[in-house]
Amino acid sequence: MDYFFQNLINALQWGSFYAVISIGYSMVYGVLMLFNFAHGDIFMVGTYIGFGIATLLLALFSAIMPGWLIFIFTVVITMFLASFVGVFVEIVGYRPLRKAPRASAAITGLMIGIIFETGNLILLGAQRLSFPPLIKSISYNFKGIYFTNVKIMIVVISLLLMLLLHTFIQKTKWGMAMRAMSYDFLAVPLMGVSINVIAPLTFALGAGLASVAGILYGQAYPVLDPYMGVLLGWKAFVAAILGGRGSIMGAALAGYMLGFIEIFVAMVFPSTFRDLIAYSIILIILTFRPRGFFGMAHSTSLRL
Amino acid sequence: MRKTLYLLFAMFLVTAFMFSLNACKPEKKTIIKIGINAPMTGDIPKVGEATKFTAKMWLEDINKAGGLEVGGKKYPVELILEDNETKAESAVKANTKMITQDDVLIIIGPQSSKQAIPAGDVANNYKTPMITPWSTNPAATKDRPFVFRGCFLDPFQGPVLADFITQEFGFTKAAVLYDVASDYPKGLAEFFKQAWEKTHGQGSVVAYESFTTKDTDFSSQLTKITQSDAQVLFTPQYYNEVALIVKQAKELGWTNPIVGSDSWDSAETVTLCGEACYGKFFSTHYAAAGAKGATKAFIDRYTKLHGYVPDAVAALTWDSILLAQKAIQDTGKLTGKIKEDRQAVRNALANIEDFQGITGNITFTEQGDPNKCAVIVQISDKGEYEFYKSICPEK
Repeated sequence: MDYFFQNLINALQWGSFYAVISIGYSMVYGVLMLFNFAHGDIFMVGTYIGFGIATLLLALFSAIMPGWLIFIFTVVITMFLASFVGVFVEIVGYRPLRKAPRASAAITGLMIGIIFETGNLILLGAQRLSFPPLIKSISYNFKGIYFTNVKIMIVVISLLLMLLLHTFIQKTKWGMAMRAMSYDFLAVPLMGVSINVIAPLTFALGAGLASVAGILYGQAYPVLDPYMGVLLGWKAFVAAILGGRGSIMGAALAGYMLGFIEIFVAMVFPSTFRDLIAYSIILIILTFRPRGFFGMAHSTSLRL
Repeated sequence: MRKTLYLLFAMFLVTAFMFSLNACKPEKKTIIKIGINAPMTGDIPKVGEATKFTAKMWLEDINKAGGLEVGGKKYPVELILEDNETKAESAVKANTKMITQDDVLIIIGPQSSKQAIPAGDVANNYKTPMITPWSTNPAATKDRPFVFRGCFLDPFQGPVLADFITQEFGFTKAAVLYDVASDYPKGLAEFFKQAWEKTHGQGSVVAYESFTTKDTDFSSQLTKITQSDAQVLFTPQYYNEVALIVKQAKELGWTNPIVGSDSWDSAETVTLCGEACYGKFFSTHYAAAGAKGATKAFIDRYTKLHGYVPDAVAALTWDSILLAQKAIQDTGKLTGKIKEDRQAVRNALANIEDFQGITGNITFTEQGDPNKCAVIVQISDKGEYEFYKSICPEK
């Protein structure tokens, strides 16, 4: 039985990353009806910004500040900076192509992603960086189930972020504008809500979320490289589709589900077949529910 | 429409012009060109860096001597460095380019088996000698008269590790975690499993788990391993994965030894892995701590130049490049006709006997493989690779 619970904890941690990143895809889709394929690389840039801030804060304040305080400052500053990366991507990559065919805009995302990867390669070189541990990892053994404080933190912070986002979209004026935009991004601007404000806001939120996911990722898997966002981005994109395009709750749930499927497939079958079986399962789900869990036929609205 | 056509035509002209400039370069005297095929970017850039640094050190020596002396005549030497991005297809492209466009006499590299196996095929087809310093998978040189290597083979390394664990710890049950998408870990995992089961019987490898390149989460595989009754974990991975595997294994409550192979031997392993890797054993080609003679001279020089102790890749590259030098010199004279010279160098390389390298003595077998000893190294509490034991093949 502890075998099962151990994998449950593993899956919760792994699924958290998919969930938080796939929300970024879904949000942008909800507002602009296109998938931002640079999102995986925005996650990578966010992680590197987090790395830079964490290293800087550790160098300056590690004597007077405890690790958790540095962690909080790192998260806040990184979120702030990374949101500008999102805005930058929107203004440089997507705004000029807003009236262009959808496919062109999708390709833009891929190209921005490649620019980020190679730019990073030139700027920092190809060697791996090791994300400094901000919170000292303590292992607990509960009746044969092993977990660490970092794992709990990752899951709790991810859930908290999603809750915050939910509140933002449901309760604030900005959130209302975003929801309105997702109903009809041609009519809503006529009511005085500018797409040129809402679109960057959406990108900023997505990038901010991705950067926090990056910091958490750095705590769990501390080896950073310029291509770290590619595979994770793809898989999170799968989660966004599985959840139902434009549905934030769906993306979050599907993210966790993807994590669970991957981990439990490896638990039951030989691990060589993990991705083969895991993604076949998802293919079958999509065959029966082509719009994902929370997707609807003619609506692109941002639902929760 | 017309504008676009003009633009395309202009671009075509410019490119053609640039190509013609290249082609018109006067080729008066023979330059010895040596190709270096190394992973400068991608998964294991530290390996590429070591290759480049070592090759540059060698070139410095040659330039100081005023060129490479062959048959009483000094020739200038040029190194052609191509990045294979740690990808098989790029390594093939790099080799093809160096052979067909740059007219290299001999190629050093690629380092890891995933690149060396397909790239070796290209070199052999074009009848260009190639020495891979670090590739231990048998397929790299097998039935390829033009491909040689600077290190021992995995069919030797696997049993060495299995025997070492059996003798050192007295364990009977082992677990293996490896990358199924890369030739080196996959091959070595199989050789280890064979050797282990030969000693301890069928089913003594109680967990045989795999993942694919670029995976970062190994929790489900490691949970399987910790829940099995394995006493030791063997993981023949590269440094970037070692750091993650060791950390995650520890967090999942694995307290038994973790043993690695020569892919652990990078200067970066300890940098990334930190204290979690202290005390771990792995097999490799040479131990830097406590080295003597020419080996020590190389280590000191490299450390002084680049600020860190050279890893096995650097030492093996040094030996390989000196082997290439000796082979070129042994030909007696260069004709300037690249095809004949390549054949001559290949023959000279096959005839080398008892070459005194810094990682051991090298005489090639029929297949172009040297018979060398393996070294077991322990990572000390200061993060240094300390010599623990040397295991030699039976003569």
